[in-house]
Amino acid sequence: MSTLEIKNLQVAVSTDEGMKQILRGVDLTINSGETHAIMGPNGSGKSTLAYSIAGHPKYTITGGSVLLDGVDVLEMRVDERAKAGLFLAMQYPVEVPGVSVSNFLRTAATAIRGEAPKVRTWVGEVKEAMASLNMDPAFAERNVNEGFSGGEKKRHEILQMELLKPKIAILDETDSGLDVDALRIVSEGVNRVKDSHNIGIMLITHYTRILRYITPDYVHVFAAGRIVEEGGAELAEKLEEKGYAEYVTA
Amino acid sequence: MTLNSNLLESHTPTSREELWRFTPLAKLRGLHDVDVTLNSRVSLGGASSLSGLAITIADASDVPNTSETNDLVSMRVRELSAKVLKVEIAKDAEIAEPIYLTRTVESLDPEVSRTVIHLGTNSRATIVVENTGSITLAEEIVITLDSGAHLNFVSLQEWENDAVHLGHHHAIIGKDATFNSTVITLGGSLVRLLPTVEYAGPGSSAELSGIYFATSGQHLEHRIHVDHNLPHAKSRVNYKGALSGDKARTVWFGDVFIHANAEGTDTYEVNRNLLLSDGARADSVPNLEIETGEIVGAGHASTTGRFDDEQLFYLESRGIPANIARQLVIRGFFLEIVSKLGLPEIEERIMNRIEAELEKASS
Repeated sequence: MSTLEIKNLQVAVSTDEGMKQILRGVDLTINSGETHAIMGPNGSGKSTLAYSIAGHPKYTITGGSVLLDGVDVLEMRVDERAKAGLFLAMQYPVEVPGVSVSNFLRTAATAIRGEAPKVRTWVGEVKEAMASLNMDPAFAERNVNEGFSGGEKKRHEILQMELLKPKIAILDETDSGLDVDALRIVSEGVNRVKDSHNIGIMLITHYTRILRYITPDYVHVFAAGRIVEEGGAELAEKLEEKGYAEYVTA
Repeated sequence: MTLNSNLLESHTPTSREELWRFTPLAKLRGLHDVDVTLNSRVSLGGASSLSGLAITIADASDVPNTSETNDLVSMRVRELSAKVLKVEIAKDAEIAEPIYLTRTVESLDPEVSRTVIHLGTNSRATIVVENTGSITLAEEIVITLDSGAHLNFVSLQEWENDAVHLGHHHAIIGKDATFNSTVITLGGSLVRLLPTVEYAGPGSSAELSGIYFATSGQHLEHRIHVDHNLPHAKSRVNYKGALSGDKARTVWFGDVFIHANAEGTDTYEVNRNLLLSDGARADSVPNLEIETGEIVGAGHASTTGRFDDEQLFYLESRGIPANIARQLVIRGFFLEIVSKLGLPEIEERIMNRIEAELEKASS
């Protein structure tokens, strides 16, 4: 059982016009096995929340804390956060030319597990995970994210989540750029990985359509850098109907 | 046209000349200086045990020049070389095994070396020039491909760090012939190479690739010149470099000239440089001159920058420590070119040397 506690998190980003405050006191607790949907309009700071927890150097923490099982995450280097059990599935996964998917996955698994996985079991493990995400085995020999379609990029993110088995996974706009079939495959992958490893999920999304496939235990409405309303899955239905207008004008 | 006529008078270049302004002439040990005596020695050699291959040493008087040159280094090499290494691939010969030409070194006294390589009609071969050790060398290699010939040419500069090497590799590519060249420059105090190409028939194609990695105090210079002197020829140029350490210096020029008669030309050139530390300097100058619009395509790109922070963040966010993430990115950067060699042993050796130099540079 793991817990990610975000307390009064405040984050700024440096712009040409000086420091700009993005997060204005975020409080959120995610336990193993729970799915929390973070929903909100564009520009409300959802992605900033994801990237500052993962440790992107662009963001400056100006207040608050993030604890994973009581340990301060904000003091850790980016790779240490991953080793501690955090995973960020990115909205725009980055191309790494000349680095094959298989080499990348093995290097990451070696780092996270603290030792190189045994070759024989590893090959099987990767093959099985790829098959369950409908990925062609030839995919492993391609360069990381290079020339991948939108659907391939997102499947590759979930493949990593499966192999790295985090305690808490943050999925940033995983539904963006996916057609209906790809959305279903990726969502099924998330559900399967979550259930088999009892992962706590922070699902960041603008639209409700992914929630037809991944049922949230909690829905948090995000606006102007903080959580402005919380509820269960029924809150998503209300947002589907009415949109974010009332939160933006508020 | 008399092929022995030179376009320029032989003279000692100065740093005021455009072609030499980036080169630290004082480090050349007189190699460029017409008043300095240069030894003539055939320093390149190889075994000709393969069928269809002949490697011989000929008197210079028996080896006429097949191309004009305006390169001062080539001029001196032609003028001073008493003997010439001749590599001859017979018509229709298909030599699967790589042909290794190995450099022998004796001293740091400046010397010249001249090589001619000829591929007969429809022949195929891979030639690997291996440069190791310490030397002060001016060399010319002229490669002639008859119709339909195919050559993979690899020049490895794995010199010791006191070597000085001025070189001109010139290819004359016949009708429907293919010339693939890969230049890999890792060692040497000063290396200045001119891979140049001209065409002798339509349907001919050149792919010029290269990597270079300069560490502290090294000057590595590559000046590519592709002369689209006739119609329907193709060229691709792709050079990648990395620099690490104070006073690491690289210079890259990519001159592509499309003559008025060169209709149907298809060319693209790119140079990418990765600056791994402060105090390093990379110059990158792609240059495209086009005298006809009746072409398939012509383009160029050049980038010089530091590590992509987003790439590193992506790798680190998967638990990969920063130093290993950087190694992965650099390895990947060079592997794009090195993996195309189709020579696994050399690929391994090159990547190991790059990693060793990286470790040295970062420690």
